[in-house]
Amino acid sequence: MENLIALLVAAPLAGAALLLCGGRRLDRAGHWIGTLLALGSFALAVPLFTELLGRDAEHRTLHQHLFSWIPVGGFQADVAFQLDQLSMTFVLLITGVGSLIHIYSIGYMEHDERRRRFFGYLNLFLAAMLLLVLADNYLLLYVGWEGVGLASYLLIGFWQHKPSAATAAKKAFLVNRVGDVGLSIAIMLMFTTFGTFAFGPVLGAAGETSEGKLTAIGVMLLLAACGKSAQVPLQSWLGDAMEGPTPVSALIHAATMVTAGVYLITRSGAIFNGAPDAQTAVVVVGAVTLLFGAIVGCAKDDIKKALAGSTMSQIGYMILAAGLGPIGYAFAIMHLVTHGFFKAGLFLGAGSVMHGMNDEVDMRRYGGLRKYMPVTFITFGLGYLAIIGFPGLSGFFSKDKIIEAAFAKGGTEGWILGGAALLGAAITAFYMTRVMLMTFFGEERWRKAPTPSPAEPSVEPAAETRGEYTPPHPHESPRSMTIPMILLAVGSVFAGGLFSINEAFVTWLEPVTSVDHGHPPLSASAITTATIVVMVLGVGLACLQYGRKPVPAVAPRGSLLTRAARRDLLQDDFNHVVLVRGGGELTRALVQLDHSVVDGAVNGTAASMGGLSGRLRQAQNGFARSYAVQMLGGAAVLIAVTLLMRGV
Amino acid sequence: MNPVNYLYLAALLFTIGAAGVLIRRNAIVVFMCIELMLNACNLAFVVFSRMHGNLDGQIIAFFTMVVAAAEVVVGLAIIVSIFRTRHTASVDDASLMKL
Repeated sequence: MENLIALLVAAPLAGAALLLCGGRRLDRAGHWIGTLLALGSFALAVPLFTELLGRDAEHRTLHQHLFSWIPVGGFQADVAFQLDQLSMTFVLLITGVGSLIHIYSIGYMEHDERRRRFFGYLNLFLAAMLLLVLADNYLLLYVGWEGVGLASYLLIGFWQHKPSAATAAKKAFLVNRVGDVGLSIAIMLMFTTFGTFAFGPVLGAAGETSEGKLTAIGVMLLLAACGKSAQVPLQSWLGDAMEGPTPVSALIHAATMVTAGVYLITRSGAIFNGAPDAQTAVVVVGAVTLLFGAIVGCAKDDIKKALAGSTMSQIGYMILAAGLGPIGYAFAIMHLVTHGFFKAGLFLGAGSVMHGMNDEVDMRRYGGLRKYMPVTFITFGLGYLAIIGFPGLSGFFSKDKIIEAAFAKGGTEGWILGGAALLGAAITAFYMTRVMLMTFFGEERWRKAPTPSPAEPSVEPAAETRGEYTPPHPHESPRSMTIPMILLAVGSVFAGGLFSINEAFVTWLEPVTSVDHGHPPLSASAITTATIVVMVLGVGLACLQYGRKPVPAVAPRGSLLTRAARRDLLQDDFNHVVLVRGGGELTRALVQLDHSVVDGAVNGTAASMGGLSGRLRQAQNGFARSYAVQMLGGAAVLIAVTLLMRGV
Repeated sequence: MNPVNYLYLAALLFTIGAAGVLIRRNAIVVFMCIELMLNACNLAFVVFSRMHGNLDGQIIAFFTMVVAAAEVVVGLAIIVSIFRTRHTASVDDASLMKL
């Protein structure tokens, strides 16, 4: 069975190679090849999963050593895979949800003439992500990590003819690079500390290493996780990444990419367990991001950007849980899986809505769509109930556990984290209800011609709006799009409950992540009640604001916070002022320094040498007698020095 | 007679020669002054040979004479050649070898 692990990665990789190098003759079959290879990878993952299930909990780790990549003395970089419970969970999620997204894309990208290339990139994305989770050492993980960055760049900028998409792709790539630097430094630190970067030895020896070194490695790993998982302060790329086609957003947000950071932290659990300071940094990042993303999600009118804010917030939950240590690892992964289902479902639903609405993304131009798109409405609605944590659905089980774990951290810290998580749950309920109401309920705002928004006076009203406005004809999407949505909705409903029967999921992950239930200051039922209460509050508030009153077709000016949240809480302005302008100033100062000090020293040396030579040249006057004087003087000096030296 | 006196003489001759090289402009005179300096050195060598009781100094004096003879041949040839081309024997007029 071990020999099949490499095939998991090889299948989508072969698909990517075939589709990207195959040329135009594959245009007609390209999407089928891509989808089949993704499904093939899933089909391989299932027997491996049953194989693991059939073994004892202690022997559920498979290894496959493919070849030695860079053997240089003590530096051994192997291409080797490790499949344990954690990787298996990810593999199933990536290949399963990934395959559904492939199927969905067949319909969604039907009219795109570069569809073959799109599927090639999707396969590359899957392959890179599978490599990331299956690697048995940090260096190979880094290869997958970079591969994910590359694939996301290619996919976000897939519609490269739009300058905004090209810019968003560049932004995502650059912000990710910042995190990648963290990972590479962490790997170097690991090599100097442990002499290797294979998971087994590094994590095994983490217990006997000094806390300072572990903290340094942990903080660098956190930086890496912040980049890939869009956590504060490296969150700014996620919103712009919505420029990519919707299936890409679903893939990035549900199955791949943003989950990589959570995987990295959970995988490196042994390092974080030994570094409480790094753990504190992780929980702070998680808590800040979960509120940050939720607030941004409340203000966005673009349906995909609202969902992007929600992803940021949900990943914040996972990072928070992962930072709690053994109390939270398993729940972080559980929330990751359930989130994979409902977020993929929500994004595919959003894509389906856009598909029926002529690619309109502004929710103020939606309304009352439930009649026209019943399947999308129901699947999106189930995803919605799951994400707000409606009792009995997936999100409820996983999010509730994270909130419990946050409280179980203990002390004031526990109360603050638990409070933040509860507040986040309330805001989540609010903004998701808002999305739901604005899209599927209320008056049909798309029937009227759009009015130019006063907030953006620069936008010229489109030609059609001046004369005759033809409202879109909302319609249900083709079956290739609805079936993945239905399957994901089923997952959103049942996955959480299924995982929670006898704590099946936690028991499954326990050998890898170890589990500690902690001592919550409140009883579990009290926390659950509180979670449900804040959820109902959030939903109620949103219903009051967006359900009872008609939604204005033009965004009102809003409060200061709303306006800030519309601008992603000024993240780009912050980056612009601090990094762009600050960086500009810094480079200008460095150029100045280079010109004055470095060039000054070099040019000064040259000029003084030139001047000195000019002086010395005067001695070369061509008069033999003056040379004779110099020789005589030189001889006199030599003799004088010789005599003096003898005297001394 | 005290051989040191010969050394004084040698120093005196050398000084006269050096002064002549530095002061006089006529190439022939400069040339003769150089010969004077060489012979002052020869005298000193011979005196030292006598004082130390070995022949090293005298042998070196012979070498100096041989080299000086060769030098006279080359030097006079140069002076004659300069005189033919420039119609002057002043060393200061032959000052083209400079940067």
